Amino acid sequence: MSVRSKVIEAIQQIAREQHVALPALSDDLSLHETGFDSLAFAILVARLEDETGIDPFTISEDAAFPATVGDFVRAYENVPA
Amino acid sequence: MSPREIFALRDHLGAELKGRTISDAHDVVSLTDILSHTVLGGRLSELSGRAVLLKLSDQLRSGLAMIELDGIARRMLLCPPDLNPAHLDTLIADAGIDAVVTDEPDRWAGTGVPLVVTAHLPLQATAPATSERATEWLMLTSGTSGVPKIAGHTLEALTGAIVAEGPARGPAPVWATFYDIRRYGGLQIFLRAILSGGSMVLSDPHEALGDHIARLNARGVSHISGTPSHWRKLLMSGAAAQFAPAYVRLSGEIADQAVLDGLKAAFPDASVGHAYASTEAGVGFAVNDGLEGFPADYLGNRNGVEMKVVDGSLRIRSARTAHAYVGRDAAALTDADGFVDSGDIVELRGDRYYFVGRRGGIINIGGLKVHPEEIEAVINRHPDVRMSRAKSRRSPITGGIVVADAILTEGTDAARAKEIRDQILDQCRAQLASHKVPAVIRFVEALDVTPAGKLARTDA
Repeated sequence: MSVRSKVIEAIQQIAREQHVALPALSDDLSLHETGFDSLAFAILVARLEDETGIDPFTISEDAAFPATVGDFVRAYENVPA
Repeated sequence: MSPREIFALRDHLGAELKGRTISDAHDVVSLTDILSHTVLGGRLSELSGRAVLLKLSDQLRSGLAMIELDGIARRMLLCPPDLNPAHLDTLIADAGIDAVVTDEPDRWAGTGVPLVVTAHLPLQATAPATSERATEWLMLTSGTSGVPKIAGHTLEALTGAIVAEGPARGPAPVWATFYDIRRYGGLQIFLRAILSGGSMVLSDPHEALGDHIARLNARGVSHISGTPSHWRKLLMSGAAAQFAPAYVRLSGEIADQAVLDGLKAAFPDASVGHAYASTEAGVGFAVNDGLEGFPADYLGNRNGVEMKVVDGSLRIRSARTAHAYVGRDAAALTDADGFVDSGDIVELRGDRYYFVGRRGGIINIGGLKVHPEEIEAVINRHPDVRMSRAKSRRSPITGGIVVADAILTEGTDAARAKEIRDQILDQCRAQLASHKVPAVIRFVEALDVTPAGKLARTDA
């Protein structure tokens, strides 16, 4: 499974659990518009860390949290495994 | 106090002693004629009036030494087996120790402790001793890190609940406990065996659980206690099927409904109950209705134990509490009114109080306080979960999140893990505030339990 599909699947799973009505996911969609709150993002980052071994937001202290779904996915794609 | 009023352990052993034994995995000692035998090589009189460190590598000799020393020594400090040796010097200084009873006399040569007495089996014949004084019993708290605190008890305080219950009815019980008898919970069972008749079968940390249960069965154990973690391990081991105790007790950790129900299912003919006790607060109360928590009307004065809830924590005043912390810089054990703050946080729901966790065990989740035990109780309610541990994990988004490790019930199909995880999460979301719902649940084979029988919480 590609990094992208892992990320998208985790987002969809958490949306189901949290009863978040997720809009269609596109790279341009701002993370704010996903309907996720900070707890949902915290769960997402923790689960992806368990699955991929990577937490791109802790690795680089100065990295800004991404603004869009595309940025978020790239944060995982760009970390050397 | 005149000497005639002193009632020490030996004075409880004057009555019918035939057929009673105390045993461990290696030895069986008959209580018949125990008062005319010595584990101390006949050197008891040298220990008269001394502050004695009881530092033995096994429980059997420890228990026999307690019987001899009570009423003779000025005080005795019980060392549990997991005591960090680095803390010994501090404890010796704080308790004013001037003698040690040991099975490793070479280790004590040249340590500055003026009197070293070796305890050994088999027992030797000796002239029975007469109780001289009320010995102070010093017990160590089972806190997590740092030097343990020394809590001072009298035999009267330690046995208050046993005397109040009166002798066991029916045939003489055979007592056992998963605890070490140098811990408060284990000492309670040892003292019950001495005071209320019957025999005692000691645990052994080096024995496999299945072998331990086989030994309990072979010796006819009827009455047994342990922490919920001890009992969960037994239920997971499959060894429970060969065991049929009549009396099952839990203490030392929160007994949640899942473990109470699990024990009732495993031992349908047994009386299953949980007791509230701690080294400092003594025995508070017993709950025998099969339900977690305790009835709200237990607060107030009940059988000489007064309880109240202040700032969420249970406070206890009774003649069974420890009377002081011992040592140069020892903190006060009670408040000005004589209440011990247990540090156990309770919550009133309906007409019952429920334990939600330890004050010192709170984890911080994004600035909100969370008791891991409260989350574990919900996870444990899932029929396919035997045991769980919740903890915090740092998060770059919220600072911290809750994660949980769980052990599935023996025989659960691993292919169902995802389905079970989703059910647990649904259960948590229905019953817990959103920040308490675990972000991640991992299924594990085992969870660490401390030598004191409690779930290890390294992050708390």
